Amino acid sequence: MSAARKKLRVATTSLAGCFGCHMSLLDIDERLVELLEYIELDASPLTDKKHVGPCDLGIVEGGLCNAENVHVLREFRKHCKILVAFGACAVNGGLPAQRNHLDIRDCLQTVYLTGLGVERGFIPNDPELPLPLAQVHPLHDVVKIDYFLPGCPPSAEAIWQFLTDLVAGRTPQLGHGLIHYD
Amino acid sequence: MSDERKTFTLDGQDVEFTEGQTILQAALASGTYVPSLCYHPEFRPHGSCKVCTVKVNGRTTASCTTPATAGDTVELATDDLKDLRKNLVQFLFTEGNHFCPSCEQSGNCQLQAVGYELGVVSGHYNPLFPSRPVDASHPDVLLELNRCILCELCVRASALVDRKHVFSLSGRGITKHLVVNAESGRLADTNLSVEDKAMSVCPVGVILRKRRGFRVPIGERTFDTHTASEIALAGARGPTEDGAP
Repeated sequence: MSAARKKLRVATTSLAGCFGCHMSLLDIDERLVELLEYIELDASPLTDKKHVGPCDLGIVEGGLCNAENVHVLREFRKHCKILVAFGACAVNGGLPAQRNHLDIRDCLQTVYLTGLGVERGFIPNDPELPLPLAQVHPLHDVVKIDYFLPGCPPSAEAIWQFLTDLVAGRTPQLGHGLIHYD
Repeated sequence: MSDERKTFTLDGQDVEFTEGQTILQAALASGTYVPSLCYHPEFRPHGSCKVCTVKVNGRTTASCTTPATAGDTVELATDDLKDLRKNLVQFLFTEGNHFCPSCEQSGNCQLQAVGYELGVVSGHYNPLFPSRPVDASHPDVLLELNRCILCELCVRASALVDRKHVFSLSGRGITKHLVVNAESGRLADTNLSVEDKAMSVCPVGVILRKRRGFRVPIGERTFDTHTASEIALAGARGPTEDGAP
């Protein structure tokens, strides 16, 4: 890597994910300092900037479980030259997608009305709440994804390999041991 | 059998074989890994997953069912065949519900291991998210049909080794699915027992022994420590219960 190179502008977000992939990003530990010589952060939970601007790289954790997820993903696709599906949920819907064989109305009724221990329940309907989708989708169901980084979460080593490849202008190659689906 | 050395070429290299061996068997015996899912060294080949597809004299065929023939030109690791194999595995991932992080077979799963071997990082296609039931009726066995890849290994093991005919495939095309041979359709109403061969041949996480799931921790399982090719070339087929190949 050459420090003279212009820094890559990077945005990250977590949609229908658990932030575990972002935690794994932090697990690259002191290499974060080295990474910051090569990248600068735009919108990200780490910067608290809410809307993504023009970026070289967008890293998206989580799948799509509601209308806001779709909106944010489209915003990322519009502004990022390279878009990465980051982690199992982004790649195939992951844990949230295990509700896909259930009817969403039944889910909401069970959780908020008829479930064990629910009293005087009601299905939340505040207009600020994004509407849930009938099914959870992986990112590539909705936009073009340039790279996939599987894992629950992807290991710090896999993330480091992936990012250093990209920063160096190489096509990221996850060798054996770095591709993991679990 | 004549003493003459019989060979075919595999990606340009001579591979020796004995009469009756398939291309896949001869390749494995010579130290070349051929990715496969429905093949098992103890059973007659089934030829359904097509992951072992090669080109023989320019024609694509499943190497597990094609007898090795002297003088044949076999292609295995060409770019188009690698892409084809990868696509087949991606089809399997998107046709079923394969959520590895919550699967107790993760790390002991042949589909996963072949995916790693082929560099599969996504399903690529839009997932179908089929609705498939889980049969937990049996006291010792869980049947998790979301992960079935229709390799028919449990069908073969139950019929040929256990002589019980517990499993069968039913339906055609995309509606094809694994069924249980009982009037109720429930596993509890069969004579399947945990000692059966059918219990140990599933390449994915469909036929699971209850109360054993995490005896070996994730990260220490067969394909966490070995590649699919290492296991196949060692002559083993899959993981044992303690995670050792």
